[in-house]
Amino acid sequence: MTRISLTVNGQRREADVEPRTLLVYFLREHLGLTGTNVGCDTSTCGACTVHLDGESVKSCTLLAVQADGREVTTIEALARDGELHPLQEAFRRNHALQCGYCTPGMVMAAASLLRERPNPTEEEVREGLEGNLCRCTGYQNIVKAVLDAAASGARV
Amino acid sequence: MIPAPFDYVRADSVDDAIARLREDPEGKLLAGGHSLLPAMKLRLARPSTLIDIGRLRDLAYIREDGDRVAIGALTRHHDVATSELLRQACPIVAHAASVVGDPQVRHVGTIGGSCAHGDPAGDLPSVLLALEAEFVARGPSGERTIPASGFFTSLFETALAPDEVLTEIRVPRTSGGWAYLKFNRRAIDWAIVGVAAVRANGGVRVGLTNMGLTPLRATGVEEAIASGADPAAAAARADEGTAPPADAFASDEYRRELAKVLVRRALEQVLA
Repeated sequence: MTRISLTVNGQRREADVEPRTLLVYFLREHLGLTGTNVGCDTSTCGACTVHLDGESVKSCTLLAVQADGREVTTIEALARDGELHPLQEAFRRNHALQCGYCTPGMVMAAASLLRERPNPTEEEVREGLEGNLCRCTGYQNIVKAVLDAAASGARV
Repeated sequence: MIPAPFDYVRADSVDDAIARLREDPEGKLLAGGHSLLPAMKLRLARPSTLIDIGRLRDLAYIREDGDRVAIGALTRHHDVATSELLRQACPIVAHAASVVGDPQVRHVGTIGGSCAHGDPAGDLPSVLLALEAEFVARGPSGERTIPASGFFTSLFETALAPDEVLTEIRVPRTSGGWAYLKFNRRAIDWAIVGVAAVRANGGVRVGLTNMGLTPLRATGVEEAIASGADPAAAAARADEGTAPPADAFASDEYRRELAKVLVRRALEQVLA
């Protein structure tokens, strides 16, 4: 077991983990943060996307020990005081989800994209979400939602 | 999928990493882990110890070094892709890093990890081969420089000794045309075939991704251009000396044809 200490959604967390514990399972099973989904488990689909020190990463391809001492943000931390995050609101407004399985990862990937590129073109949004697969929507409304959130000027 | 159990240690310096590699011959270095962890999940790799060098921040840099640019081995693809210095001094490297995986992968994966992994389908290796980059390795008896032509030795094999750590990659400043063309089905896939071409000393140097056990130089194409052939004629020699794999994405015949098409397009761009 290895002792780790990290910040998850603003809260300090300490735990003893087996070194082979993947970050996504640490979040889901040790901390009960089940908003982050496991999809393909092969760093392809992006359903497990969270932020590590503010940048999007695939938590199925990181060990929890690699996040030791760092800051992790999951989908649970985006809504504040009962108000949806501007990206979540834009996803709702634009009907950017059907089954919803890819949505947490999509939103986290989009938030990281908008932090790097606050006013992306449509092509930049499509490229920025290349690491996230959606099997329902055909991406059209997801791209629309991200552009909508960017245009709303709300801080992401 | 979860990797098989292993011991985990964190190296606090390159020398510490070397010492730990010597302690456990079955140990492996962990940088970003984006090649290693997927292989460990599939039991294709089963190191007994993971030596985490991911926190050695002094190996993450991009800086001028005379007529070259030095890139620390732990520099992430994202930082290579967005480096102003590289975009100006050696833009093909920044571009190739920008087409590795996807944004999430580029936020973690490193240029050194990708090269030390020795996957012939990786994007950076063929680019670094075409650039005649240099690889700096440190081991118990000090530092040595390995030319790109001698670095990639076989499938997932490099010239690095079991107790050596790749610390830096040096690329030349380029001023002429360049192209890196990557052909894949989905945005996130490895290249089915990739072609790197750069102008150098009046000629063109061409590197091939995923056309054999290692990244390869298309020497037949280079010779043809040097003796005055046009891009189409030169590109017809793109598969000379290659041994492309066949897999679910493409047969070897398909890859040979694709290499010719991509080489022609790359040459047209570079010589335009």
